[in-house]
Order: sequence, then structure tokens, then C-alpha cells
Amino acid sequence: MKKILSVIVENEHGVLARVVNLFAGRGYNIDSLTVAPIPQSNYSRMTIATQGEPHVFEQIAKQLNKLVPVYKVIESDNFIEKEMAMVKFPIENSLSDIDALARCYNGSISNVSDDFIVATIIDRPARIDNFIKGIKRYNPIEIVRSGVSVIDR
Amino acid sequence: MKMSGAKIVIESMIQEGVEVVFGYPGGAIMNVYDEIYKQDSFEHILTRHEQAAVHAADGYARATGKVGVAFLTSGPGFTNGVTGLATAYTDSIPLVVISGQVPTGLIGTDAFQEIDAVGISRPCTKHNFLVKDVKDLAYIIKEAFYLAKSGRPGPVHIDIPKDVTAAKTEFVYPKEVDLKTYKPNTKGNKRQLKKAVEAIKQAKKPLVYIGGGAILSNSATLVREFVHTTQIPAVETLMAKGVLRYDDPLNLGMVGMHGTYAANMAMAEADLIISLGARFDDRVTGRLDEFAKDAKIIHIDIDPTSISKIVHADYPIVGDLKNVLEDMMPLIKSQIDPEQYAYFRNIVERYNQLHPLSFHDSDKVLKPQWVIQKTGEILADKAIVVTDVGQHQMWAAQYYPFTYPREFITSGGLGTMGFGFPAAIGAKRAKKDKIVVNFSGDGSILMNIQELVTAYEYKLPVINIILNNNYLGMVRQWQTMFYDDRLAETDLSIQPDFVQLAQACGGKGYRVKTKEEFIQALNDAIKQPVPVMIDVIIDRREIVLPMVPAGESLSNTIVEYHDPKAIENKG
Repeated sequence: MKKILSVIVENEHGVLARVVNLFAGRGYNIDSLTVAPIPQSNYSRMTIATQGEPHVFEQIAKQLNKLVPVYKVIESDNFIEKEMAMVKFPIENSLSDIDALARCYNGSISNVSDDFIVATIIDRPARIDNFIKGIKRYNPIEIVRSGVSVIDR
Repeated sequence: MKMSGAKIVIESMIQEGVEVVFGYPGGAIMNVYDEIYKQDSFEHILTRHEQAAVHAADGYARATGKVGVAFLTSGPGFTNGVTGLATAYTDSIPLVVISGQVPTGLIGTDAFQEIDAVGISRPCTKHNFLVKDVKDLAYIIKEAFYLAKSGRPGPVHIDIPKDVTAAKTEFVYPKEVDLKTYKPNTKGNKRQLKKAVEAIKQAKKPLVYIGGGAILSNSATLVREFVHTTQIPAVETLMAKGVLRYDDPLNLGMVGMHGTYAANMAMAEADLIISLGARFDDRVTGRLDEFAKDAKIIHIDIDPTSISKIVHADYPIVGDLKNVLEDMMPLIKSQIDPEQYAYFRNIVERYNQLHPLSFHDSDKVLKPQWVIQKTGEILADKAIVVTDVGQHQMWAAQYYPFTYPREFITSGGLGTMGFGFPAAIGAKRAKKDKIVVNFSGDGSILMNIQELVTAYEYKLPVINIILNNNYLGMVRQWQTMFYDDRLAETDLSIQPDFVQLAQACGGKGYRVKTKEEFIQALNDAIKQPVPVMIDVIIDRREIVLPMVPAGESLSNTIVEYHDPKAIENKG
């Protein structure tokens, strides 16, 4: 089962290690992890995407809450999920094809150099999967995904 | 007035009312030790190994309920102490352990005696700090003491680089700490509490299951009141020894792998388990899918992560056991009729009569159980009993007549061999009017034997009773029972002369082989002003019974075992 946890933590050194250790020490994999400070506060928000059994999540959420610098753990089935992906294509591709595709996924072309075209899209993780499937025939050279960010509806 | 970080450490200890620090100096913490030299507000006890310093602080904390304090240096000084931190962490013992670190500018450069101490202590402490600015130091120390003793207690580690102990700032010790991210829930939910009382009312075969939380929260008196008011039979974990008196008719004894037959059968048959500060450890539950199959569970614990971790709790109550029981008792008194459990009391009493805790005594060879019983007769409640880990630990738990909380000090969760002697030194330092006995084995005792010198130097006359079977007995017992008696690396026939060893360190040694010799040695040992080793030669093949083999259900408790190689036939 896929699950996303949104964790609000004190913005201090070592806090990421504490959170990640919880997963590592129990042998759970983290699919994606994003961290950034929350504006005008001493807190940061971590968004952790992972997989596992429901009772395991319950335990992880409790364990996260138990960490001293963790302020709040938000588990919800009602998140708006967004992720960014950046893809580098060879310059030989049709610029308009790639631009059209990117636009379908809330994106655009970010940069064109002598050798490469870079497109950036922002969408739901599942849509990003589709995008990545759809661009195969344009021979992408490099794909960078940001990891998911969420906000409660 | 500006003060150095080192001086701030000392002043903070004084503010916290610390009376003794256990430790071992070294390069990175020398600034702090220089300030220790200049003060006489608290005593510093120099152990002969850093692991022992942390165990001694732990023993002090367990004996008093206060926060134990240890100072270590960086690198190997700190890593030697890690076993002590982990031991305290699994048993929820409040400690503040301060280690020196290389100067801030050298962190990450593989400097001499540098190790990522906070990286190592993170999974075995309740919380840890790396102090990067002397201005934060006083607040961090205050916070560390607060964290160590509040909520579910535990060890807190503070790593202080050498330049931070040298740097100066104004010293202001905060009056209190307010942590927005840390608010332990100490009051149980009232509605849950009422539901739990209702469940007790409905139950036909309820059982009280007492854990170490009853001691940590200082609620033994309330637990006794609860048990006596309801007349519900009770089982105890290793960590809960002394919460109920050993001779309390409602006390069925220890539950689990080496629990009594009655306790294990009661656990298997109960229809309601009332867990008071226990955590359903695997050594208690045995095979999980068979555990308490027909029982509903009331689980009272300060730590929400303990609840429904192993066994689903039908009535979870997060709170300090003391507060919860205080709130619960009026309801219990007005609603519960103790007569309704007479049937179950009768059943467990019959289990108890069927297979009471027993051993086959002998006149030819000393039995460890007899040694512990006799020690209990001679010392009774005048002693604090500490143990190492292994067979002797289980025999001590089974056969010593415990009558009050904090009388028994043992490494339960982590099972740290070598814990006993230094912890006994810490306990003796805390309670000088008590006789402190460390039951140990010939394996465990050697794991911190250097502390004979510490005990001698600081006039802390701990009595070590070594139940010597020339084996790593508990592993040997498993090898005999489950590995066809292939005794891989458990034969300790080559041993030091414990009598001479004690003497070499200023202590007194005895070797005993008979009952008379033991009684005489113990009575003599009590009068000694120096640490004592009583080397008790016991039946080599004695095993700990009852036993629930690992992974089996509690109802499969083995009460008799025929050892074909036994020195003398049983019975």
C-alpha cells in the first residue's frame, strides 16, 4: 500500500537524520522525500512517500510523533499531490512536439541549448508516470523527479 | 559574569541537584574535568571503564528514581559508553550522559579520537544534542534533564566540542523548558478510563499484568491498592519485581519465558488483561498468535508507541500510570465486586498448587536457587539486589523474596552482561545504608571485573555472589535443550581464581562449595568494608525452569526437564 506522510519538524540540524533513521532502522524503504522550511516559522515540512502495511504506518506515525523535534504528523487520504519532473532531450527532437506534450502536463520547455532541450512539468505523481512513458520515443537522456509534495484539501 | 562552557556544565549540574557523577576523563573533555577539580559540590567517581560509568549512573538512577549522570571523553570514551546508553534506553532509565567532542573546526576531519557521537547515540537515546554554541549550552542541559525524566524516561546524550567548553558566555540557568514539539500526555482519557472499568466489571477472568512502568512512575502503592481492592490475580514482568510483595497471595509471580506455571496459564486463559506499564515483550508473550487468544486488553502506558505495537489493545489509555490509577480507583471502589472473580482466583490457585515454583535441592552440590533463597532469608529487605544477565538473573528473579519497588535492579530489555557490578556500585553509592548484592555468573562478572578497583577506592562494598557453573549457563541450557547438547564455546572451565582476583584489587574473596560455607561467607561478607566476591560452586547442569521455549505459546510451559548428563539425578 502506498502512503504519504506530511511531517512538520523543528528546523534544526540532525532532524532529517532522526526521521530517516526510523525508516532505515526498521528496513523500510522511502520512495520519495522532500524537505523545505515553512515560511515565517522555525519549522520545516517533510513529505515522505513510502509503502507498507497499514499497521506498520500506524507504528511509524506514532514513532515519528515520539521524536522530540517532530511537531505534527499528518496522515490523510485527502491530499492534493504534486510532483515536478525535469527531462533532458536530444536537440534533434521536434521542439513543438515536446512543448505540446509538456503543456498537457502543466509544463513547458525550460531551456534549449546547443545540444539539449529541457522540459519541466508539474503534475500528480501518477500523471508524471504517464508522461515518462509517453516521452520514451523522444529518447530522453535524463529524467529528474522532485519527489511528491502534498497539501491537505 | 561570563563563564566558560566547562564551568557552565558544572554549575548546571549543581542547579539540577546532582550529587554524584560517574565518568572517565580524556582529551576532549579535559576542560570540564578541570572544573570538576576546582569544585566540591558533587562527587566524581572514576570508574575503570566508560561502559561501567554509564552502568553505574544507571544503577544509581534505578535505585533512586533520580537522573543518573555520566561524563565521557570523545571517540573511544564515548563508544565504550554506548552499551550503557542502549541498556538504559531499552529499560527507560533517566540518564544524562555528557561526552567531549573534538573542536568544532575539526569535526568531520577524522581528527584524533573523533567519532560521530550523535550519529551513534541517535537510535539508543531518547534524544541527543550536539552543542555548537556555548550560548545554547545551559538551555540544552536543562532540556536534557527535563527530557530524561519526563514522559517515558530515557537516556539523553549531550556531545560538547572542546572549543565550546572553552568559550565563555553569560550563565543563566533556565527555570523551566517549554518544548512545543514535546508534550507527553500524562492524564489518561476519562472516557476510555470509564470504558476500561466497565470492561473489568464485565470480565469473568481478568488478570493484572504489571510492568516496569509501575516502578518508573512510582505507582507501586496504587497498583497494590488496585490489586487488593479488586482481588484480581496479578502477574509481573522481570522489571516489575517488588511492585507486589513476593508473598502477596494475589501475586502469581513472573510471567513469560521463565515465568511461573500459574502466571503463564493465567495469561493464556484470562478473558481480560489489564496491562499496567508493561509492553508485551516477546519474552513475555511467547508465540504471538497463541497469546491471550480469548482476552480483551486494557493497555495503560505513557508511551503511545507501546500501545498496540505487539498486541492489539481494545482499551488503550495513554497516560502516566500513577495519574490513571488515581483517576480509576474511585470508579473501581464503587463499581467492582471482588467476589465476581472468585472462580478465576480458584483456578489460578489450583495451577499454582499443581506446579509451584520449585527445584530439587541437594546435599551433595549447591543449587543456585538455594543460594538465592538463603541470601533472601539472611538479607531480606535490607538489600538491594542487582544482577547480571543469564541463568543467575532468572533464578534471582524467581527465588529472591522481593518486597518493595527498586529492590531489584537488572538489565531486562537489552540483557547486558557486565551490567550488574557497575550498576551495583551506582546503587550502593545511592543507598549506602543498604547492603547491595550483585548476583552474577562466571561469564558476566568478567565483563566489568575491573570495577573491583573502583568499588575499593570509593569504599562501596558491593557483595558479588558469583553462581559459578563454569559455563555460559543460559546459552549452555539452550544448547542442551535445543542443539542436542553441542556446547559450542560455552565451556568456561578455564577461569581466574576469583578469591585471589578480589584480593588483588583490595577486596575480599571466598570460595564456597557447601551450604555451611555459603552461610558463613555471606555473614562475613556483610561486615566487610571492601568489595567482596563469593565464588559459589554450583551444580553445573542446573537449568532454569519453568521454561517456554522460544516461539512457543505460554500454555506450553515446561516444568520438568530430564537432563541425562546431570551431575546427580533429580529428585
